[in-house]
Amino acid sequence: MDEEWYDEDAGPVVRPYAVTGGRTRPAANRALELVALVSTTAHGRAMVRSLDPEQQDIVMLCRSIQSIAEISAQLKLPVGVARVLVGDMIDAGLVHVTRPARPTERPDVALMEKVLDGLQTL
Amino acid sequence: MDFRPSRTDTTGAAPNAVKIIIAGGFGAGKTTFVGAVSEIPPLTTEAALTSASLGIDDTSQVSSKTTTTVAMDFGRITLLDSVILYLFGTPGQDRFWFMWDELVLGAIGAIVLVDTRRLSDSFPAVDYFEERDIPFLVAVNRFDGSKEYTLDDVRNALDIDARRPIVFCDARRRESVRQALIALVRHALDVVAAETRHQGLLSEANAHVD
Repeated sequence: MDEEWYDEDAGPVVRPYAVTGGRTRPAANRALELVALVSTTAHGRAMVRSLDPEQQDIVMLCRSIQSIAEISAQLKLPVGVARVLVGDMIDAGLVHVTRPARPTERPDVALMEKVLDGLQTL
Repeated sequence: MDFRPSRTDTTGAAPNAVKIIIAGGFGAGKTTFVGAVSEIPPLTTEAALTSASLGIDDTSQVSSKTTTTVAMDFGRITLLDSVILYLFGTPGQDRFWFMWDELVLGAIGAIVLVDTRRLSDSFPAVDYFEERDIPFLVAVNRFDGSKEYTLDDVRNALDIDARRPIVFCDARRRESVRQALIALVRHALDVVAAETRHQGLLSEANAHVD
């Protein structure tokens, strides 16, 4: 290739995949939905200094609850990479997902009614 | 203004998340719509198409992987009882329609934003949600000088079923966007109620056969 085809706008080219050891899916085939909610555990806070930079970022970000989509956007990682990283961090007890990942199911009526109430009082 | 809720622990009700899809043609006002109600400035995330499958088993058999990424805009609204509503804008170009499959999984439903000056741009979105029986409504985004159409005109032009809600919406106005979201959730609840009634009738009929 004659010219440099990547620039700052192109985002990280190799790094995210190096970060995940080349994997594009989480350990144990965990399906983390885009809106699965991630929060840092006490263990994660205690361990923060000893973590990889990407894990540190996630631990810091998820002190307030964040979805996989937000982690991806805030840390400029592709969604798939964010999933892999978070999946590993769940296994290590650094974060936990407070919403069970049931990606294929429509929310139940009780939850939809809560959303309706919430929007009406917004 | 503090954009991020300070709630960090999981005491009380376990936080839950839901999503609503905002679809429509390029320039129909999707990002404006999301930005009008979101408590955070709309974010953009990129999803690689290879990892867009949510770990569904079949994809492990696929050997040829593409490296294309698509960008989605989204926003967030924290509601009562630790329920967080995410609004996802569909990728603008038609060629990314397959990306919607991941987005719509588990969604309450969708709002198809329509610009009456470019009505045909919304056909793919309407077709997509109709084919998959996903609750959706049509929101006609009011642009300056585009008021010559009535909702019935738009309904006829898009060939929208009479039972499907269709509303005017100004995507720049928070209150207008909020009303459109309320109308969608009501519609989604109606759809579930209708399905439940239908299943009740079916099992009644079966009981008679037995």
